[in-house]
Amino acid sequence: MNNSTILRTEKLRVEYRSREMRQATKVALRGLDLEVAAGEVFGFLGPNGAGKTTTMNVLLGFVPPTSGAASLFGIDVRQPIARQRIGYLPELTYYYKFLTAEELLRFYAKIFGLSRAVTDQRIAALLKLVELEAAAKRPIRSYSKGMQQRVGLAQALINNPDLLILDEPTSGLDPLGRMKVREIIQRLKNEGKTVFFSSHELGEVESVCDRVAIIHEGELKALGRVADITGTHANLEKAFLDIIGFKS
Amino acid sequence: MKNIFAVAGVVIKELYRRKDFYVLFIITVVICGVMASINIFNDAHIVRYLKAISLLLIWISSLVIAITTTARQIPAERENRTLLPLLAKPLTRVELVLGKFLGCWLACGLTLVCFYVFFGLLAVSREHHWSAGGYFEAILLHWFLLGIITAMALLGSLVFAAPSSNSTICFVVVIGIMFAGRHLDQVAVTLSEPVRILVNALYYCLPHLEFYDVRDLVIHNWPPVAFQYVGLALLYAVFYMAVFLIGACLVFRRKPVN
Repeated sequence: MNNSTILRTEKLRVEYRSREMRQATKVALRGLDLEVAAGEVFGFLGPNGAGKTTTMNVLLGFVPPTSGAASLFGIDVRQPIARQRIGYLPELTYYYKFLTAEELLRFYAKIFGLSRAVTDQRIAALLKLVELEAAAKRPIRSYSKGMQQRVGLAQALINNPDLLILDEPTSGLDPLGRMKVREIIQRLKNEGKTVFFSSHELGEVESVCDRVAIIHEGELKALGRVADITGTHANLEKAFLDIIGFKS
Repeated sequence: MKNIFAVAGVVIKELYRRKDFYVLFIITVVICGVMASINIFNDAHIVRYLKAISLLLIWISSLVIAITTTARQIPAERENRTLLPLLAKPLTRVELVLGKFLGCWLACGLTLVCFYVFFGLLAVSREHHWSAGGYFEAILLHWFLLGIITAMALLGSLVFAAPSSNSTICFVVVIGIMFAGRHLDQVAVTLSEPVRILVNALYYCLPHLEFYDVRDLVIHNWPPVAFQYVGLALLYAVFYMAVFLIGACLVFRRKPVN
């Protein structure tokens, strides 16, 4: 393993056993091999049901792999310490509605073991970054979808993570919101952070990613730099459709 | 430990920002207040009936708060998808379960303090004296009783699909143990083998919640129970809390979170 490899999966296989007698076991991932280097912005693409979220669930320790291995910073993903240096933004999520944004961030900061002084500093900086300073003391139940997504981004950054895992970070956002997320990803890249994200917005992926992987039906179909994947196709979207075998 | 306390803190915040506790507290206060203002038959000892009914209302309210608050903790986290960003942090599932238990149990303790302070003021206003030792023992034993029930409800929340079914089952089990569980050994004597063995086994396995019902102590102003017996009862409660919590941790380890 390369010393700068932050994220690694090796022959990762995930099967879901069906509870119904007549239904076969569903294979969500079939021997996935991935490596993401430090400082990369890595796009993880695939149609719905391809295995992107399953891969993230394994990396985050939500789902144990059936076989194979996955590690973050060289630590097996099943160890809670593997998550000390990561930030995660789920695709669809809500936060404790009875808490304010500030209280939520303070709670997560406690779990990371941040001191009070560092927590205060991080919260102030993050609320400014995601433009929620004015709403920081309102309960999250009063927030719009876009505001909740921004709270999500703030909580993913509370521990100043070295690796950010984002599951469709621009889902449900308006164009202005999507632009702000792209700006944040670019800023993180400039700071040397590693970003691993899945998205259906291939135009965004083309503009920010260093490398991409395309997964389909649990198998890795393509892996490489955006320009190499695009190849002779007009854009990444056309290359994507060709790789997954879509014929119009 | 810091993670457990962090999770517990959020549970307590949730309790006092929801309406459940305030509604139950106000209902109890109103009912007891109305009763306290009545002097039926000019009987000076009527205050004992007042105390009995007030304590019964406090027991019912605290039971409702303990079971309903605990039963929805982890299911609500899964349903609202707040579990995902939480478990993506360096927090183990065991810490989450223990944090939820501690938060619910401490929240029960806070509600008990509020209820018993109100009850104490009501009783003192009519009796003009009170037994600090008796009240302290009553609150302590009641709190540990709620600890057993909270741990049981937490295990139930991971076993049963819906919070409503878990709450119903917990209420039925608790009331069943309080009223019928204590007599199972006498019932067993009347049965033939092998049912007798099963009923006896059930009698010894079930937590004897009636040990923690010392309302008569407070109602009749009896002297407090010797503290070594109280200590044994507390250890007994801690044992059952541990059993239910270990069960909850083992069940939760294998549960999918999404």
